[in-house]
Amino acid sequence: MSTLKTLNGNQTIAEAVRQIDPDVMAAYPITPSTAIVEAIAKFKADGLITGEFVCPESEHSAMSLCIGASSAGGRVMTATASQGLALMWEMLYIAAGLRLPIVAAIANRSLSAPINIHGDHSDTMGARDSGWIQIYSENCQEAYDNFIQAFRIGEDLKVRTPVLVGLDGFIISHSMEVIQVEDDDEVKKFVGEYKPVYPLLDTSRKMTVGPIDFTDYYFEHKRNQIEGIENAPPVIEAVGKEFGRDFGRQYGFLEEYRMDDAEICIVVMSSAAGTCKDAVDELRSDGKRIGLLKPRIYRPFAHQKIAEALKKMKAVAVLDRSSSPGAFGAPLFTDIRSALYDYEERPHIVNYVYGLGGRDIKVEHFKEVALKLEKIAETGKVEELYGYINLRE
Amino acid sequence: MKKETWKELTIGTINLDAGNSVKNLTGTWRSGKKPQFIQDKCIQCFFCWLYCPHSAILVEGDEVKGINYDYCTGCGICSVECPPKEKAIIMVKEEVKLAEGGAE
Repeated sequence: MSTLKTLNGNQTIAEAVRQIDPDVMAAYPITPSTAIVEAIAKFKADGLITGEFVCPESEHSAMSLCIGASSAGGRVMTATASQGLALMWEMLYIAAGLRLPIVAAIANRSLSAPINIHGDHSDTMGARDSGWIQIYSENCQEAYDNFIQAFRIGEDLKVRTPVLVGLDGFIISHSMEVIQVEDDDEVKKFVGEYKPVYPLLDTSRKMTVGPIDFTDYYFEHKRNQIEGIENAPPVIEAVGKEFGRDFGRQYGFLEEYRMDDAEICIVVMSSAAGTCKDAVDELRSDGKRIGLLKPRIYRPFAHQKIAEALKKMKAVAVLDRSSSPGAFGAPLFTDIRSALYDYEERPHIVNYVYGLGGRDIKVEHFKEVALKLEKIAETGKVEELYGYINLRE
Repeated sequence: MKKETWKELTIGTINLDAGNSVKNLTGTWRSGKKPQFIQDKCIQCFFCWLYCPHSAILVEGDEVKGINYDYCTGCGICSVECPPKEKAIIMVKEEVKLAEGGAE
């Protein structure tokens, strides 16, 4: 039996950590993820968890510690955000290259300068080529559910790849919500016992981890690494289904909201998708044929599923909560536009950057986007390929 | 040396063939100069053995006996560290044929 609890996003992650009780938790506190780390420290002090909790001198050290502990053969997690994730940057690539299934909760926050503590996706988008699986959460319940599934996905023997779970800073991390917390035993059973692969603590075997590769081996090892994340899609699907069977909330790569007979569509990830659903409902009651597509998994990118969902639309707006200065649109947009390239039948597609540094996005803003999409669908002309929402022009 | 394809490699860069760097003949990197060992000048201080970055000093029993050119890169550290006024290791023009194999 699950229990209804009133928790904020950080507390839901902490609750999952307590239930899973990883062998090693290493983290350095940074807003807005600090409360996760505080809660873990308290669990440890109160004797509610048996794993080791370490608070080293920086996030770079925290990720280094995770890499060491994971190589040793432990189940490992961390939590961070923004500059903290940025400071982990070189170690993120090493975790992925060594195929260590570390799980990180990221309370998504903007990057300096200017310094800002509020929510956007600049931090995790900056890590998008690091080789980590990326899952984005719409609300506290999804953050909890995604975090539990992350262990199963990353630890799968064919995948063995680190996973990060994003929850929008403050909007989710600090917002209270009534969520279903599953029984400790059920969560433990779902996640299962950790099976280390080539643990360093197995002294019966001599081996080297992370050796230098010259021109003759680096490329093969990188290709070998890529295979892990490419093996992830069927595992993500299976784990999402199993989660649905056990706990009643099923997950896949995407959520399609009122897309059946839609002609125009907004694509948006994370918490803004929740607001967008309200906008879609209001627009639908006005007779507008609009839908929402919410990608849940950003890496590996479900290019085919997304393209199939969007190809019949007349006009699509992709909303990015990060910018990619100098690029042809922000990350989600360039991925989706590229995914549609091979389709003869494809929609007009535009990109809007929103919510940088925690700037609010409301129902009215989604309605403005819908108006623009209607015009594009009607005229077949795109006047503004790339724009900004709720920005003082 | 046969090189594995990406599918044949162990995941996570793990090398289960520990100690296989012995197959990497670093002597192939040597060019220009090589150290020459002069036994009767040697005071058996083992400085060359201690400082050599590639463990290329040959030791038999308790005595330094020469240089292993399969691994010597010709860096010259042994010659610099050799303490006697008349050094027991001097750098001379490379004449030996380079060892074969090692990394590309």
